Amino acid sequence: MAQGAQSQVTPANAHAVEGETRRDFLMLTAGALGAIGAISTIWPFVDSLNPAKDTLALSTTEFDMAPIQVGQRLTIAWRGKPVFIAHRTAAEIKEAETVDISTLRDPQKDSDRVKKAEWLVIVGVCTHLGCIPLGQKQGDPRGPYGGWFCPCHGSIYDTSGRRRDGPAPLNLEVPPYQFTSATAVKIG
Amino acid sequence: MAATGAGVPNSRIVRWIDYRLPFVKFLQHELNEYPTPRNLTYWWNFGSLAGIMLVIMMVSGIVLAMHYTPQSDMAFDSVERIMRDVNYGWLLRYIHMNGASLFFVVVYIHIFRGLYYGSYKYPRELLWMLGVVILLLMMATAFMGYVLPWGQMSYWGATVITNLFSAIPVVGNKIVTLLWGGYTVSNPTLNRFFSLHYLLPFVIVGVVMLHILALHTHGSNNPLGIDHKGPGDSIPFHPYYTAKDAFGLAVFLLVYAIVVFYAPNFLGDPANYIPANPLQTPDDIVPEWYFLPFYAILRSVPNKLLGVIMLFSSILILFILPWLDTSPVRSAKFRPIYKKIFWLLVISVLVLGYCGAHPPEGWYVIVGRIATFYYFLHFLILLPLIGKLERPRPLPLSIGAAVLDNRQPAAAE
Repeated sequence: MAQGAQSQVTPANAHAVEGETRRDFLMLTAGALGAIGAISTIWPFVDSLNPAKDTLALSTTEFDMAPIQVGQRLTIAWRGKPVFIAHRTAAEIKEAETVDISTLRDPQKDSDRVKKAEWLVIVGVCTHLGCIPLGQKQGDPRGPYGGWFCPCHGSIYDTSGRRRDGPAPLNLEVPPYQFTSATAVKIG
Repeated sequence: MAATGAGVPNSRIVRWIDYRLPFVKFLQHELNEYPTPRNLTYWWNFGSLAGIMLVIMMVSGIVLAMHYTPQSDMAFDSVERIMRDVNYGWLLRYIHMNGASLFFVVVYIHIFRGLYYGSYKYPRELLWMLGVVILLLMMATAFMGYVLPWGQMSYWGATVITNLFSAIPVVGNKIVTLLWGGYTVSNPTLNRFFSLHYLLPFVIVGVVMLHILALHTHGSNNPLGIDHKGPGDSIPFHPYYTAKDAFGLAVFLLVYAIVVFYAPNFLGDPANYIPANPLQTPDDIVPEWYFLPFYAILRSVPNKLLGVIMLFSSILILFILPWLDTSPVRSAKFRPIYKKIFWLLVISVLVLGYCGAHPPEGWYVIVGRIATFYYFLHFLILLPLIGKLERPRPLPLSIGAAVLDNRQPAAAE
């Protein structure tokens, strides 16, 4: 109907058409204002579901690694997630550094994953579906590469926490951290 | 076939669905072409405003419940965490907290509009009674919601209100213990109040649907209070009343926003920012403003059981209002005497509210008693009598005729 009317535009009803465009303009601006209002009303409701300030305040963890012996692995909590700290042996470091990274699904050099070669700090959450891989305790299965083994779906990580086998798509995440002294780290 | 009215969505998908589940047809009928009296004033905006308030309260309440802890040791702190730590938590809480007040403002105006224009009369008695049920559910919900922050007023308000039931002879104390789940208002009380505070709004939604079903059976009453007689008396709900409701909503939301952003604690009691202390009652306990008239009625009566009975009667009396009012004329416009006593009722309720906010001493007691007396006199004696004695002014022939008559002088100018 509206299209039919438009196709018959003549100078005689040009005024009516002008009225229509003015109405269209009002509809569009009112609609746009309404949409902005709706979005800015919905946003506080959605944002309230994001981490609150007290949750964000817990987002750094400081830890002194001095007591960890060579070859020992320790789990600490950061943002409620396990962080694996491994005091790697010379053999483990060598193993991690000599891998041909072109064979990896998520290619990354060991030197890009550590700040000091003997200390590996990684988030202990399997990149497949979020289980905690085994390998932190003596006697845990560590998989054929001496790293970590995820019991949920069989993902295998090496001594640099890189994905070597199984369904995981990525290497274990390296959290942001700094050394605050020779052995103390601040994660987050 | 579904495409009879103008603007009916008539795609093949809509027709396929409507043939099996006439949902679009239903909405079309009830919200679009629904014939509405052509003379409704802005006093008729408050029903839809109340519906929108219910939605706002439920949405903000559901989000708040995601951050709130219904445990007596943690409830107060979890509310403070909402205020300080949760993103926009202060806004959500102020929306919810002041929303309760504005919900009552809207509903009270809606009720007094019904009283003035006789909206409770034949054939809308059940519509009115369902409204009273909604009011009672709202009061219960608001009361239990006020307990949740677990401040001093929450705690002692809960204690006083639940103790109303101890006035019941013989089993009163047993009932109060049952309500509390203990020997004082305590953690079990808080838990059940939270559960019910979350549940009751959904019950209200159900009763609101019945309320709307009853409304749409005979249509809205109108300022003239006369029946809709022909097509000249009504206009389609959309776009006329959707536009009018939308404008009213915009004005209402402006007021709401001013309260939320500029005076969020104006209607609240500062004592509720003190954590609940079961060993110390605050100096002056007052309920939220929307309960004050009823609270004043309770305090006007020097007998415990009688006070409680009067308190509940003051609301329950509304259930039998359609039969107390014996006049066949609905609108106060045509009832010279009723129009006057209507305003006396409004004044008596406001006076009761004023007295309820002050300690029960001296003049407040006497004035409160007079207002209580008038409240019951109005409903129990004056309404039945005046309906018989009063001589109503002549009613217009039809809504359309009255509207067009009013228009005549304007057109002549």
